[in-house]
Amino acid sequence: MKAFITVMGHDTVGVVAKVSGLCSQLNINIEDVTQSILQGMFAMIMLVDLTNCSVDHEELHRRTDALAAEMGMQINVTRQEVFDAMHTI
Amino acid sequence: MSMFNTGDILETIEMFTQDNLDVRTVTMGISLLDCIDPDPKKACENIYNKITTKAAQLVPTVENISAEYGIPIINKRISVTPIAMLLGACPDADPVDFAKTLDAAGKKVGVNFVGGYSALVHKGFSAGDRRLIQSIPRALAETDIVCSSVNIGATKAGLNMDAVKLMGEAVKKASELTADRQCIGAAKLVVFCNAPEDNPFMAGAFHGPGEPDCEIHVGVSGPGAVRAALARLPKDAPIDEVAELVKRTAFKITRVGQLVANLASKALGVPAGIIDLSLAPTPAVGDSVANILEEMGLETCGCCGTTACLALLNDAVKKGGVMASNHVGGLSGAFIPVSEDAGMIHAAETGCLTIEKLEAMTAVCSVGIDMVIIPGDTTPAVISALIADEAAIGMVNSKTTAVRVIPAIGRKAGEVLDFGGLLGYGPIMPVNSHDPSVFINRGGRLPAPMQSLKN
Repeated sequence: MKAFITVMGHDTVGVVAKVSGLCSQLNINIEDVTQSILQGMFAMIMLVDLTNCSVDHEELHRRTDALAAEMGMQINVTRQEVFDAMHTI
Repeated sequence: MSMFNTGDILETIEMFTQDNLDVRTVTMGISLLDCIDPDPKKACENIYNKITTKAAQLVPTVENISAEYGIPIINKRISVTPIAMLLGACPDADPVDFAKTLDAAGKKVGVNFVGGYSALVHKGFSAGDRRLIQSIPRALAETDIVCSSVNIGATKAGLNMDAVKLMGEAVKKASELTADRQCIGAAKLVVFCNAPEDNPFMAGAFHGPGEPDCEIHVGVSGPGAVRAALARLPKDAPIDEVAELVKRTAFKITRVGQLVANLASKALGVPAGIIDLSLAPTPAVGDSVANILEEMGLETCGCCGTTACLALLNDAVKKGGVMASNHVGGLSGAFIPVSEDAGMIHAAETGCLTIEKLEAMTAVCSVGIDMVIIPGDTTPAVISALIADEAAIGMVNSKTTAVRVIPAIGRKAGEVLDFGGLLGYGPIMPVNSHDPSVFINRGGRLPAPMQSLKN
């Protein structure tokens, strides 16, 4: 149950802290983190394991949407299989 | 993260969030052959029970896949055995009762559309076919989510010109009976040549008699993603590079569709049917096939060069998609509906895109004169002749072609119809109104071309 949490938008203080705080609350294990700038926008990518996540997908999306609205950024949670399918043969 | 390129990850997210990449439809094909009964009440009861049983979990399962994997999936649909095949067994039935049953069953399971109020008459009429065709306008006026299609020609069979005449009348009547609702009836009716039996896209989806009892088809989309990729290509890049980029993007888009097909098939316990490799536009800005052609270097879709660019696009989408999917089927090509594509609407409004150019475009792409709004005073004979022209292109080129035109009752060229949602809106396009009625009234069967003799 690996997934990527991507956070995009204008860089602000505490992005990593807030997103990892949410992961901690929901018992989501963070396995790797990287940050980059894409066309002038800040982008953080977290590889996480959702196996022991304490809420269902709908609730997880509600929580990430709420955090995204609070930070004025865009957060997506997408399963690893999607990237696997699109970018590997 | 070492296995993943951050650029790939961000590209995917951008395709989903900014370029409108989505899986357009997950369509469950359901055979109704075991619902046939001489008592129409019993037949309708069988149909309702079969659909609501087989598709009971379709919508929640697909919505769960969408939420769990983070893939937007827009429509959940059902296609069924052409209803004319069931109607043949009950000569006294009111065909519209079958349409109402499909409508009720589809609403019960929460799908967007049910396709299959259909007849396959490319070589002639069997019991039930004429009654179904004559009932289509009323069926579409008295239901909400039922879609209808009729196959009037095939490369192997030629064109059933009696059916062509009937369909011109049916299209006009479907518009007339829904004139108070933007003529929506005609927007739910497709007239085909070489109709595929496993098409997941509406309004032309039906579940052919050669298909299994139940299966899952997936229609991918993503014109916006292709357009965005081409926008990043330098304007002096050779056309080979354009084709290559379309292929690579189509591959990625199609792999998402295949993933969804695998997941839905497994979760529902139903075999995966086909992936339809189509670029299906939406009225959303940027999610347009016309904009892709313009990105290739045309000022406006419809100008000289449009047919060549579309031929390239259609071919590259297939080449990219075919390796990304297990079984390809359905319509598989670029769609060029006018009212569902912001770029096509613009091109039609400016007068750059005409019906004659659309007809030429359909020779090199899927599917045909689609979602074109024509003047309300267009005669049934002209509509029939337009159907015959399109069908001839399909028949001779061994490809699917279709006509879905909406006569705007009480309105003239230059005015608009607005269907809302994915069906969009569009200007009324002028049609050549010279009279072909002697040709249409001849009836009979236009012979199959030499291309049909392949054995």
